[in-house]
Amino acid sequence: MISRSLDGLLHRRESLRVFLLLVPPLLWFGTVYLGSLFALLAQSFYAIDEFTAKIIREPTLATYRQLLTQPANLDIVVRTVGMAVVVTIASAFLAFPVAYYMARHARGRIRALFYVGVMLPMWTSYLVKVYAWRLILANQGILSWLFTSLGQQPLLDRLLAAPGIGGPSLSSSYLGLFVVFVYMWLPFMILPIQAAVERIPGSYIEASADLGANPATTFTKVIFPLAMPGIAAGSIFTFALTLGDYIIPQVIGDSTNYIGQVVYKQQGVAGNVPFAAAFSLVPIVVIGMYLWLAKRLGAFDAL
Amino acid sequence: MLGPSGSGKTTCLRLIAGFESPDSGAILLDGQDVSAVPPNRRDVNTVFQDYALFPHMTVQENVAYGLRVRGVPLAERLARADTALELVKLGGFGDRQTSQLSGGQKQRVALARALVNQPRVLLLDEPLGALDLRLREEMQIELKNLQRQLGITFVYVTHDQGEALSMSDRIAVFDRGRIEQLAAPRELYAEPRSAFVARFVGGSNVVEGELARRITGVAQAFAVRAERVRVLAKDEPVPPAHWSCEGPLVDVQFHGATSRWQVAVGGMLFAVERRDGAAGVTGSPVRLAWPREAAVLLAGPP
Repeated sequence: MISRSLDGLLHRRESLRVFLLLVPPLLWFGTVYLGSLFALLAQSFYAIDEFTAKIIREPTLATYRQLLTQPANLDIVVRTVGMAVVVTIASAFLAFPVAYYMARHARGRIRALFYVGVMLPMWTSYLVKVYAWRLILANQGILSWLFTSLGQQPLLDRLLAAPGIGGPSLSSSYLGLFVVFVYMWLPFMILPIQAAVERIPGSYIEASADLGANPATTFTKVIFPLAMPGIAAGSIFTFALTLGDYIIPQVIGDSTNYIGQVVYKQQGVAGNVPFAAAFSLVPIVVIGMYLWLAKRLGAFDAL
Repeated sequence: MLGPSGSGKTTCLRLIAGFESPDSGAILLDGQDVSAVPPNRRDVNTVFQDYALFPHMTVQENVAYGLRVRGVPLAERLARADTALELVKLGGFGDRQTSQLSGGQKQRVALARALVNQPRVLLLDEPLGALDLRLREEMQIELKNLQRQLGITFVYVTHDQGEALSMSDRIAVFDRGRIEQLAAPRELYAEPRSAFVARFVGGSNVVEGELARRITGVAQAFAVRAERVRVLAKDEPVPPAHWSCEGPLVDVQFHGATSRWQVAVGGMLFAVERRDGAAGVTGSPVRLAWPREAAVLLAGPP
C-alpha cells in the first residue's frame, strides 16, 4: 500500500521527482565545490604577517594590493594567459580537421581507430606522459636525434636561438612547454568539435552547395558557425587546463613561473595561503571574462 | 517521379541535383550534359525532405543565402528574398528564427529559398510528406499554381499516387531502380503498361496466367480497376460484352462515400468499389462483371 501510494505521488508530482533526483549532486556541489571556492575567496581577504609568517585573520585588501602592484606577478599572469591563448588557438587548428574527418568521413574500423587514438593518451597517467615528453624533448632525446639524422640540426638550433620561445634545449624552452600543453589538451578540443560537427545534418551541407556555395563558402558560412559551440567548449577546456596547470611548467620549460606553480609554492613551502588564494582567483576571473567574450561574439548562438 | 520507397526516385533526384554522379549515362539539362558539373554550379535548386533550413540564420537570411553566395549586393538580395517570401505567403516573416516556424511554414521557406535563385529546374523531394492531410492538399494546389505562374520545371518525388496524379503533367513510375512507365496522368491511369503500374497507380485488379485464361479465354494478363467492376444481383444474367467471375466475399472496408469489397477469385483478391454502401455478408458467394473494354491488356511478364 505504502509503496503504491508513493508511486502515485511520484507520478503526479514532477517537481518532487526532479527534487529527489537533484538533491545528492546539489549537496555535493554546494558544499564541497562551491564551499571550498568560497573558503578560498575568504582566505584571499586575509594577509600574512611578514615577520612572524602568521596569517592575520582580519579582512584586508593588502594581499590583493601585493598581487596587483608587484610587476613580477603581472608578468606571471601575462605569461600564463598568453600561453593559454596560443595553446588554445593551436589546439583548435589541429583538432578541427581531425574532428571533422571523424565526424563526417571516417566509417567502421577507421572511425574506431580514431576514437581509440584520441582517447588512448587519456588512459595513461598524466605524470608518465609529462616525463615521457621530457625525454622526447631532451637535448639527446628522440626529437633532437630526429632533427640531426634528417640533417636539420641547424633548423633546431635556429628555433632554440629564437628570442622568447627558445632555450638551451627543447625540454627547457617555451616552445617545448607549448608542444606538451598542446599534446596534453588536444583530445579535450577534438571531442567537443567532433560532437558538434556530427550533429550537423548532411542535408545542410548539400543545401548550401545546392544554393550555389562552393565548398570553401559552405565551410565558412554553414559548417564553421554550426561547429562553433564545439570549438567554444573545447577552447574552454584547453584554456582553463593550461591556466591551472602547475606540473607541466615544473617538469618542462625554462623554470619561469606560471600561475599554478605560484599558487602551489605559496600555499605549500611559503605557507602564504592568502596570497595563493588571491592568485588562484586570477584564472577564475580570466575564464569568466573569456566566457563573457565568447558569448558576446555569438559562439553559443547555434546551441 | 512516383514509386514505392526504395525504388530509386530520390536517388534519381539527387543525380539531377548533382549530389550523386551516374556510373553510366548522362544528366542533360536543356540538352546540355551537366553530369560533371558540381551542384553549386548547376542551375537547379532543391527543396529538401527535411527542409534543411540553416538554424543559425533568420528566415530572410536563409532565403537570401543563394543570392549572397553568388555575390548579389545586400540591398538587392534582401529585396528579392522579401519578394520570394511574399510569393509563398510568408511576407513579414523575414526576421523570425527558423525554430519558431511550424512545419508548413518551414516548407514554404524552403520553397522560397530555392525559388529566389530562379533555377531552370526545381527539385522537390517528398516536400509534403511531413504535413497533415488538410495542409498537404492546400500546398498541392499552391505548388501547382506557383509552377504555372513561374513557368519553372518542377521535378517532384512522391510515393503518393493521388498526389502524383493530381499535380503532374507527366509521371515517371519507378520500380526497383527502373522507370516502368513515363506518361501523362490520364494515360497512366487508363492504360497502365505493366502489372506493377496497374497495381501501384490505379489500385487495379491485375489478373494473370491461368485465371486470366479462365475468364477471357486467353492467357494474357489484364488489369481492371476496382470502380469498373460491378456486383451482379442474384439471378442477374451477365450483361453482353462483359466478362465475369465469382467467389466468396472476404472483407468489406467502409470508406464513407464508397465501400471496398474484397472477393476471393481463384487465389487472388478482387477489389470492387461500390457506391451504394451495401454491407454484404462475408462468406457469401458473389458474382462480379465488368465491361470488356474496361480490361487493359498488359504486355509481357509482370
